[in-house]
Amino acid sequence: MQATSDEVLIGRIANGDRLAMQVLYARHHVRVFRFVVRLVRDEGMAEDLISEVFLDVWRQAGRFEGRSAVSTWMLGIARFKALSALRRRPNAELDEETAGAIEDPSDDPEISLEKKDKGSVLRKCLTELSAEHREIIDLVYYHEMSVEEAAQIVGIPENTVKTRMFYARKKLAELLKAAGIERGWP
Amino acid sequence: MNMFSKEPERHEIEALLPWHAAGTLNRRDADRVEQALAGDRELAQRYLLVREELAETIHLNETLGAPSARAMEKLFAAIDAEEARSPRRRRSFDLGARISEFLAGFAPRTLAWSATAAALAILLQAAVITTVVVKDRGAGGTIDMADAPHNGSFVAIRFAPQATASEITNFLGAYKATVVEGPIKSLGAIHFRVRLSETKLPGGEVNKIIHDMQAESKIVTFVAEAPPPTQ
Repeated sequence: MQATSDEVLIGRIANGDRLAMQVLYARHHVRVFRFVVRLVRDEGMAEDLISEVFLDVWRQAGRFEGRSAVSTWMLGIARFKALSALRRRPNAELDEETAGAIEDPSDDPEISLEKKDKGSVLRKCLTELSAEHREIIDLVYYHEMSVEEAAQIVGIPENTVKTRMFYARKKLAELLKAAGIERGWP
Repeated sequence: MNMFSKEPERHEIEALLPWHAAGTLNRRDADRVEQALAGDRELAQRYLLVREELAETIHLNETLGAPSARAMEKLFAAIDAEEARSPRRRRSFDLGARISEFLAGFAPRTLAWSATAAALAILLQAAVITTVVVKDRGAGGTIDMADAPHNGSFVAIRFAPQATASEITNFLGAYKATVVEGPIKSLGAIHFRVRLSETKLPGGEVNKIIHDMQAESKIVTFVAEAPPPTQ
């Protein structure tokens, strides 16, 4: 049986269908939450923000024109809310320095390699990317956004999306190299 | 083909590798990448790195957990509070929404099927589709379900994907036309059977209306004379 499409749910939500809202929430809340939590690095704040994101969906459903996928539209709202919240939060930073304070069980690359497999080192390096690079990598790899969709969410040209992704990967390779993993690229 | 002799193209292909790994490229670009990977070992090696990054990014995100029930409770409490303050108007049946629901499931390419296919679809579908009469009430924007009419002159119309519900409503109103059946989906084409008149019009008059309708290309992409709905 084919599930009701997101676009159909939005049409029903525009007519005040609370059940459709519940279905849409159940379908997307985890991914939206993860996208936000990677941006704001605060689960409590992310929880508050996803309530706001879906409340905006409820309010704006009637104005949704279907020019993008519903998931793209929602991540765009989520991004705006997350960045606005970060601007309101004193001392919030969007750069690598914040990432460095999150988790750093071992600063020694060799010890790190001894204790962890390559995958876990790679994951740690992913957390050390700047917010801008983290965001594009998450959008492309985890949220399965096309070049066009990522451009819509971030609000940059499609060629910039490709360039940003390239530099995000390059930075990741540098972090891996610093952690003792030489991948032969770039 | 030696990929190194075409560096700009190679860079372009390499930039697409993350999307290829995620499966979000269109068919054309995916084929280009596949061809390049087949003939370029170094590129194929780099693609393995991309796949590694993809796997670990998914792993990392999957460890982030999920929001507690508090987030949903807060959301629906806010929705209930808004509805208590100003309940939104509900529409019993909305032509725009009905069209959108059917169009939503199809890719633009699917919607762009030829007029021939659509015409064939009308004939094929006529025998199997449950007919529904939708009477446009104009200003109110609401439409009732009723018994299907079988007298009059009819056309099959495919609306342009970018046409809004209000544009379609105005279009139908301008021609005093009524949607009597649809959306009808067949062979990738979606169309509506529209009654132009409750009485049978002369052929020349129907052709003139069709000609006028076809000129409104922002609203419709296909118009052709159609038989009445089956009883």
